[in-house]
Amino acid sequence: MKATINPHSNNIDTEDNKPVIVIEHLHKRFGYKKVLNDFNLIVERNKNVVVLGKSGSGKSVLIKCIIGLLKPDSGNINVFGDNIPKLGEDELDQARAKIGFLFQSNALYDSMTIRENLEFPLKRHWVEIADDEVNRLVAESLENVGLAHTSGLMPSELSGGMLKRIALARTMILKPEVILYDEPTTGLDPVTSREIEDLIIALQKKYHTSSIIISHDMNCVKRTADVVVLLLDGKCYAQGSFEELQLSEDQNIKQFFE
Amino acid sequence: MSLILSTKKFLDETGNMARFVGRFFSAGIRPRYENKELLNQCFIIGYQSFPLVGLTSFIMGLVLTMQLRPSLVDYGVESQLPVMVGLAIVREIGPVITALIFAGKIGSSIGAELGSMKVTEQIDAMEVSGIKPFKYLVATRVLAATLMLPILTILGDAVALFGAYLGVNIKSVTSFSLFFLQVFKSLSYSDVLPAIFKTFFFGFAVGLVGCYKGFNSNKGTQGVGISANSAVVLSSVLIFIIDLLAVQLTEVLGLN
Repeated sequence: MKATINPHSNNIDTEDNKPVIVIEHLHKRFGYKKVLNDFNLIVERNKNVVVLGKSGSGKSVLIKCIIGLLKPDSGNINVFGDNIPKLGEDELDQARAKIGFLFQSNALYDSMTIRENLEFPLKRHWVEIADDEVNRLVAESLENVGLAHTSGLMPSELSGGMLKRIALARTMILKPEVILYDEPTTGLDPVTSREIEDLIIALQKKYHTSSIIISHDMNCVKRTADVVVLLLDGKCYAQGSFEELQLSEDQNIKQFFE
Repeated sequence: MSLILSTKKFLDETGNMARFVGRFFSAGIRPRYENKELLNQCFIIGYQSFPLVGLTSFIMGLVLTMQLRPSLVDYGVESQLPVMVGLAIVREIGPVITALIFAGKIGSSIGAELGSMKVTEQIDAMEVSGIKPFKYLVATRVLAATLMLPILTILGDAVALFGAYLGVNIKSVTSFSLFFLQVFKSLSYSDVLPAIFKTFFFGFAVGLVGCYKGFNSNKGTQGVGISANSAVVLSSVLIFIIDLLAVQLTEVLGLN
């Protein structure tokens, strides 16, 4: 049975209803394996959408298609009106300035200090940016994640939780309007996971971002999700609030909440 | 069946590498130019390779002289030792040995560095930040390798000749000025220029193969090792192939 839950039911502000990401009929296959099979999704402004699914179900493929790291076989991915798969190299770079991506592995540049990690995207994107402004933005980003003292350290000198925070700071430094989180709490202890969840919520409130969060961690899902999407067989199998899906009798949905 | 598969794999690899070369030229030509990173790579690839190139060149010059001497003594032309050694070093041994040492040091380091960046998603992180990794990582390294190997070869030749001078003086006494006068008198532009010119292609091959293998690395940490290893093997083979073609070309052009 397919759950038909309306994700728009709790919306109050009209501005919040405005879609920032619209995915239509997305298909992606690797060899004979169909990973995304007519996947559709709408993400609205100021909303956190959590995508749930089994390992290998295509969750990471989905967000990599959204950021343009993978090209879908067919379908549209509109982010602020730009159809990502159809964009040229330069237009894609411009579109990416509005999208942040937090990697599961953090993907910090290990040959650079924390400060250089944060400066790097800034100086690349805004070539004319003044040094004072760079300093201000780096300090602000580090303060946001509570790690102002790590500026001169190398990534190898930090713990897993600190690396995740720095990766989040780097993601936020370009002030993206949409953030894609690839399993942000995987591999972290419960306390650190909670801190990362708090950060995700706090940063969303502060910068009014919209997010797609890939996660298996049900605590993370419960705390961060405005809308939960269940990805099954390459399709959007169910969509609704955490509580709505939790109450579902559908066996495919229930197995995630047991 | 395995022959067909091997041929298909070889053709696929060749096609992918040809596309990679095309991307290098298109990325290298279009602004924005990564001048700062290019200078940084020139320092790492060129300056930091000199001690190794210098040491191996010195030993090569010394050993080559010691090995050649008995044969020349047998023919009664020991006095031609500086000429023989000079020609051998400048025309062939210097460029090829320097390129092989360079492939071992730089090819493996580029392959491992980019391979490690690939498997830890650092290259993807650059791409999603709107940084063009191909331009920043590949174009700069390939260009730096292309520009630095000729310089290293010239310096390596000079050090090898100095080693040869010491080698000559082990069993006989020849003044520094006489040794180098004999060497330079025996050399012409047609000996020096093609030898230096081909090192641009050696450098290009080493940089390109290292970047290609690293950029297409997969299978985790094992993949990084495979990238580094195959970068050295393939670039070493390419150095010999380019050398063979260069010798044929200089023959055809009458520069020999």
